[in-house]
Amino acid sequence: MSALTSLARLEAVAAGAARPLATVRHCHVSDAPLVLVPLKLAGEAAAPLAVMAGSERDDPSLLVVPQPRNRDLRFAFAADLAKLVLNHIETSHGAVEELPPAKDGEERIRYGDAPQFLVPNRGGVAFLRLMGRSTRFRSTEGPYAVDPTVPVLGRWLTWFADRHDHPGSSLLGAMTELLRLHWATGQSSLEDGNLAALMGWIAPPDGLDGPAAAARAEDPVICPPAGPATDPTFDNEVLAPAVAAYDRSGPGSRAEERLRAALAGQLTPTWDLMWQAADLLRALPEGASVPGRWERDRDAFTYYHQTFGEAYPQARRDPPVRAARRLHDLERAQDAYDAQRAFDDPLVMAEHRLAGQAFGGVVTECDPTRLDETGKRPKLRPHLRVETQDPVRLDPGATVCNAARPALKGRIMEIEDGTVLLELTGGMGRKLTPEPGAVPQPGDRVCFTSLTDGSFGAAKFPDREDTPWTHGGPPEEYVPTGEDAKEDWS
Amino acid sequence: MTDTAPDLDRLRGAAPPRNHDARTIAALTSNPGCARRGVMDAAGVDKDAVAQELGFPAPFGQSQFAITRGNAFEAQVKADGCAELLTLLRDGLGLDVPEVAYDDLELVAGNEGRELRHSRTRRLLARALETGEGTLFDHPLLRLEIAGRPAYLEPDVIAFQLAGRLHVIEIKSFAVVDGQAEPEQVAAAARQSAVYVLALRRLVTELGHDPGRVSHEVFLVCPENFSNRPSATPLDVRPQLAVLERQLTRLTRVDAILAELPGDLTFEPGEALGASVRAVEARYAPECMAGCEMALFCRDEARACGETGALGRSVRDDLGGVDTIGTALALADASLTPSDDLAETAAQLQAAARLRAEALQGVA
Ligand code: SF4
Repeated sequence: MSALTSLARLEAVAAGAARPLATVRHCHVSDAPLVLVPLKLAGEAAAPLAVMAGSERDDPSLLVVPQPRNRDLRFAFAADLAKLVLNHIETSHGAVEELPPAKDGEERIRYGDAPQFLVPNRGGVAFLRLMGRSTRFRSTEGPYAVDPTVPVLGRWLTWFADRHDHPGSSLLGAMTELLRLHWATGQSSLEDGNLAALMGWIAPPDGLDGPAAAARAEDPVICPPAGPATDPTFDNEVLAPAVAAYDRSGPGSRAEERLRAALAGQLTPTWDLMWQAADLLRALPEGASVPGRWERDRDAFTYYHQTFGEAYPQARRDPPVRAARRLHDLERAQDAYDAQRAFDDPLVMAEHRLAGQAFGGVVTECDPTRLDETGKRPKLRPHLRVETQDPVRLDPGATVCNAARPALKGRIMEIEDGTVLLELTGGMGRKLTPEPGAVPQPGDRVCFTSLTDGSFGAAKFPDREDTPWTHGGPPEEYVPTGEDAKEDWS
Repeated sequence: MTDTAPDLDRLRGAAPPRNHDARTIAALTSNPGCARRGVMDAAGVDKDAVAQELGFPAPFGQSQFAITRGNAFEAQVKADGCAELLTLLRDGLGLDVPEVAYDDLELVAGNEGRELRHSRTRRLLARALETGEGTLFDHPLLRLEIAGRPAYLEPDVIAFQLAGRLHVIEIKSFAVVDGQAEPEQVAAAARQSAVYVLALRRLVTELGHDPGRVSHEVFLVCPENFSNRPSATPLDVRPQLAVLERQLTRLTRVDAILAELPGDLTFEPGEALGASVRAVEARYAPECMAGCEMALFCRDEARACGETGALGRSVRDDLGGVDTIGTALALADASLTPSDDLAETAAQLQAAARLRAEALQGVA
């Protein structure tokens, strides 16, 4: 965090309501995302208990494992969930768009859209990841056969959970994280992890202010937890007797109906909050770089979807080269994402201004046609003096670009108290006089930053056959074994 | 200590003292500056009951599903004289474990006092250290000096002697999937194990042996992947030990705190309870939620006082250590003239306020 977001939290306390941390939306929100609210059995790694899922607010599906310790019921649940999830994947990717061929002449395509999954919180992401891990290696034949859709579900859940780690990806979103990107509340980040409390600060129910709504949200009787962990009191007083009654009466009984109703009661409030939260996000104007990032998401989805049939389930652990490449990719994506958000949003850029890596102010002097004639050929090098109150922490010689038009580049010449002298070096056209409108005029408000748009080249990593011996040498291709297929799930 | 300082036993009132466990000690060291917790723990006050009485019951409910699962797993690992555990140590970790005896030190319990149980633990461990015989000691009762007072520890662990060194074995029911577990759970287990290692080392020293005979390597026994099959993972708790030892020496000495308190202070239930608790200074941070029964009460108090710490330690740090929200906001809008040591913080806050306002201008 920074002084800026911390100040926003204080303002939220004083106002009794959340304060904005962004002026635009930094994530993609689909028209019909697949909302998933999972619950798991307490004490187990990933024993599903129930999930409420669907892509229409008024039409949630409720899937339940009436006896969460029963392996067959668990796999029946996984098969039902698979149908729902795979159906969503196949119906929401839109038409194939042909793209100009790649440099090596290979054909390229991209789906016009991609499925988006939304879960309430990080715990939901972790649950999908474990659910993916516990199903993707299952065998569809032999003594431990499961429904053919189960391992397919496992691979997709693993893939989506993996994309969640990718900064700027919107394929699998945790709602609390998405909201926290855009609003500051008057409570700590611990309490922000509770979706209902967070929403209480951002959009309190009628007649309540933020603190009152958040306090109400902490009462598990009024606001059941958003999962995947259940409320222990619910477990002890409602769930345990209901499961025991189901054990006595069996499938199709009234007891099963009552169990389903109890779980629906736990899930519905969160379900409603998820859609309300999605609306809040949608209401924000979209950041300029959001469509570009969603396009990368669509590319990734297209590739995985197209190669799904040829690939094996994801390995239990990444081989070294893959792990290193992945880490590098994630770091690059993080840098690019941070920079893009700043360029899209003056409130995010304000963080960089406060940190001294950007500065804003008014142009006081401008020499738009200044030429540097020390070299062989004269070069267009306008001078610009900017008056700023910002605590600039850049050194003379530092390269900067204009926040509003990153193509306009410059170099810092001198920094004196309250003014920065810039020499503009690019982005003004090819002639010796700048294109009209390219150079800011005296009186204009400008902001320059040392951030770059994150467009540097990809690092080189060895192919898997060339994995250095220090990293274990070339790894074996991961082929799932019979062991994997019959792994306990108890 | 002055004559008027409250007596620890009277502080607790009629209630019997509560034993520490490693969780409470690990939590104690996560907030060493809190006098309230220090005093209540030293007196063995039942904080759970106090919080309940004050109308802020601790949010530490446990699901019977989790309890059942934890107990079943532990029972399975320990069945038949820890047969599964030994197989795991021998085959899983390749340790050369000779024939062992299994002693459950809890069996002595009954109505016997803590001193008695502790001395039995001492006796058996002393013998084991002398003979070097491999033995599993379940539920040893240990003692650790906390803030100048002895605290008894009832670890739910096994002390295990191998090749002349004692190891702590901790059985946890969270799953290790493909060699990875939830980091917070592993971290908590490591912190707790470190407490046991430290307490065992103190005991070994008292018995006249080299504390190095208690290994910093503990064994964490957890279910593997999605099964009930146990797996053992060695865990080096040296970093946690270092933190623990540093924090324990930093713990404000309880005697010093007591000396400042009114002599008739008591945490007995009753109308004065709230005032008594408030009389001892707290230092609330959101981390308290995970470890202290008083958390909801202290949070309420911290919020009512407008403490910046209630928003998180990082927020407080961002604000240059300014304690109250009102002060920070007044510095930000320049309605308060800062003292010299706050000048820099004030400038930073004013810049932040100006930048926020500027960026939000076009939006409102
Ligand atoms: S909850 Fe209260 S008593 Fe407990 S450690 Fe935190 S501040 Fe101290």
